[in-house]
Amino acid sequence: MSKIRTIGELQRTREKIKSTIEEREKTTPKIMVGMASCGIANGAKEVWTAIQRKLEEDAIEANLVKTGCIGMCSSEVLVDIVKPGCPRISYKHVTPEIAEELIDDWVVGDDPRPDLALAVIDEKPFRDIPAWKELPFFAHQKKVVTHNCGFINPESIEEYIARDGYAALAKVFTNMTPEEVIEEVKNSGLRGRGGAGFPTGLKWEFTRKAKGEPKYLIANSDEGDPGAFMDRSLDEGDPHSILEGMLIAAYAIGARKSFIYCRAEYPLAVKRLKHAIEQAREYGLLGKNILETDFSFDIELKEGAGAFVCGEETALMHSIEGKRGMPRPRPPFPATSGLWGKPTNINNVKSYACAPQIILKGADWFSSMGTERSKGTMVYALTGKVKNTGTVEIPMGSTLREVIFDIGGGIEGDGKFKTVQIGGPLGGCLPEEMLDTPVDYESITETGAIMGSGGMVVADEGTCMVEFAKFFLEFSQAESCGKCVPCRIGGKRMLEILTRITEGKGEMEDLERLEELSKVMADASLCALGQLTPNPVLTTLKYFRDEYIAHIVDKRCPALSCEALVSFYILPEECEGCGICRRACPAQAIAGDKRMIHVIDQSKCIKCGTCLDVCPEPFSAVKKVSGKKIPVPEKPIPVGTWEPPTTADG
Amino acid sequence: MKEAFDLTELDEIIEKVGEERGALIPILQRAQRAYGYLSKEVLRAISEKLSVPLSRVLGVATFYSQFHLTPRGRHVIQQCDGTACHVRGASRIIDTVQRELGIEAGETTPDLKLTYEVVYCLGCCAIGPAALVDGQVVGKLNPDKMIRIIENLE
Repeated sequence: MSKIRTIGELQRTREKIKSTIEEREKTTPKIMVGMASCGIANGAKEVWTAIQRKLEEDAIEANLVKTGCIGMCSSEVLVDIVKPGCPRISYKHVTPEIAEELIDDWVVGDDPRPDLALAVIDEKPFRDIPAWKELPFFAHQKKVVTHNCGFINPESIEEYIARDGYAALAKVFTNMTPEEVIEEVKNSGLRGRGGAGFPTGLKWEFTRKAKGEPKYLIANSDEGDPGAFMDRSLDEGDPHSILEGMLIAAYAIGARKSFIYCRAEYPLAVKRLKHAIEQAREYGLLGKNILETDFSFDIELKEGAGAFVCGEETALMHSIEGKRGMPRPRPPFPATSGLWGKPTNINNVKSYACAPQIILKGADWFSSMGTERSKGTMVYALTGKVKNTGTVEIPMGSTLREVIFDIGGGIEGDGKFKTVQIGGPLGGCLPEEMLDTPVDYESITETGAIMGSGGMVVADEGTCMVEFAKFFLEFSQAESCGKCVPCRIGGKRMLEILTRITEGKGEMEDLERLEELSKVMADASLCALGQLTPNPVLTTLKYFRDEYIAHIVDKRCPALSCEALVSFYILPEECEGCGICRRACPAQAIAGDKRMIHVIDQSKCIKCGTCLDVCPEPFSAVKKVSGKKIPVPEKPIPVGTWEPPTTADG
Repeated sequence: MKEAFDLTELDEIIEKVGEERGALIPILQRAQRAYGYLSKEVLRAISEKLSVPLSRVLGVATFYSQFHLTPRGRHVIQQCDGTACHVRGASRIIDTVQRELGIEAGETTPDLKLTYEVVYCLGCCAIGPAALVDGQVVGKLNPDKMIRIIENLE
């Protein structure tokens, strides 16, 4: 494909690609394999190879393509088949064997295999296969940012262009002044999708008006929050939407040079973004005098080197400058003094991806979704102990309950919902009674959590809230850059206190100490990392205080999770003396013999839980307890001879 | 273990990216890719060639978790213990591996076969517990599965 020189040529190219695709789909079946990181980890490459081999061996003509992730990670590997004249059918949990069956039965034959199908990606059901919007997972979603993910081949600029890609850019070039672009984005009500929620249009305006040349643009895809992968899904599934958004922003601001800062832990995202940038250059959509305008712009990809704090904007800029990624106080804000001291606009990749759609469909369309102060949609990464995990996009204002129970399908297994942790390690843990909170910047902040970038981790009763808070503290204090004292030392001290409590060595005064330290950190830390580090502790103290008290006063972990406070016992009434646990115990802590009741030596037990896992189910003789002892014989005795002490209180 | 090493590759890297502003991190990344880890010799050579004080080079190299100043194993497993993997039992995998290999997370086995690291999020939360085994994402892990993976490494 050669360079696209003018706006007219872009339009003609689009028509040409569209008709080529349509022509091909009229005659040739299309097979799409979901090849984002999650799909690949579940075996998408093997499925791909199997399909390729099958098509070759049986000489079947079909168009085999990669797509990004439609969001339903728990159903991976996803394979979609579009037969001429039929709607697109999505198949779940596809293995190489199932893929071959699908080719025989549906690509060649006439059985669409409803038993293997997830849904029809179309308005109406098709031959016993439900339409996707009938599934609760999709019914509540509204795909704006992720509208192309799972629908196009992310490595093909042609497919992006065919779905109105770069049409917003053309519209901006022909019909809009930079000021009008900014006005449109302001009117849409778009706020920063990185989590802080600053109005995007206003930020663009500040950078446009700031004095100093050159101006820089940065897209932040340093998605470091554990439990968050929305940016990755977008980077891997629709990289050109980010590029187009950046082009529009650059035009509005007057920037010529930009960077995408992506985590190095995302090798596929880095590869696809780089590929997209190269394609855009080849097509003349990046570079000098784009589409014969006097607008020139280029994007460079910067890989992070593994520092969570680099998600903070000033730290990120230091990292691009080749320095230690440590934040600095603001003001001055990046809009006036950013990269190399020049005016810099920095947005999350999802914020940029909203821009083309706002330009194409209008600010009113965008602001018709959401709440009074939070417009549009929010992309969440829904994970943990829910049935349907994946990326979901919902209109702002949906409730947490809708996300977890309708879209997520509720708790996986037999467990009961305990908490949802939202906003990443700097967010908070909310209990059942807060589930009707609408998802918008203000409501979420009021609960003590933060909107954050969109991680949503659900935990069931097996999670200890003190240990959970400690886990986040471990993360945040390890990632503290060490520049300011409240964060560096405050986090460390809080972690020590939490560790003490999980070991059963806490005292009630510790709770006050935690609250005091939290306050100082929130008030005095230099950047959001330090200011928000206390959030998981404060929210668990607020909503799950009784668990802290159980650890401190009763020396008991109600979730049976804190190692120091749990013990394993072999119930003498149930043990049949099979010896499986004795042989499996890595610490040789179990004494016993054939047909003898086995006994765990508590002083040797490392509490790994292996005995509980291996004890055959009909016996289920191993019990995990906290805060109490179970009477057992001192030494192994023959099965059937155990007599419980009469004074036992159980 | 001291390897005699050849600086030509480093020269090529610096020639390729040295002109860019903020080149230090990309140079360290590429040098690590080329040499496996950032040895004293490599760091010193970078400092001299870029005319950047060694203290600054070392400051940057020690700030970011992806830079390694000691030799790495032939295989690298990065076990995710991010929130979602944690909720799904990553810590039991970590405990088991540490026990079986006799090394702490972040260390390399004495025979340089394997470096086992704990990282905070690979962004593959939906299939947790997950790990990167020599760069390939592996999901839905449990202690047994991980031990089998390690045993099967060459």
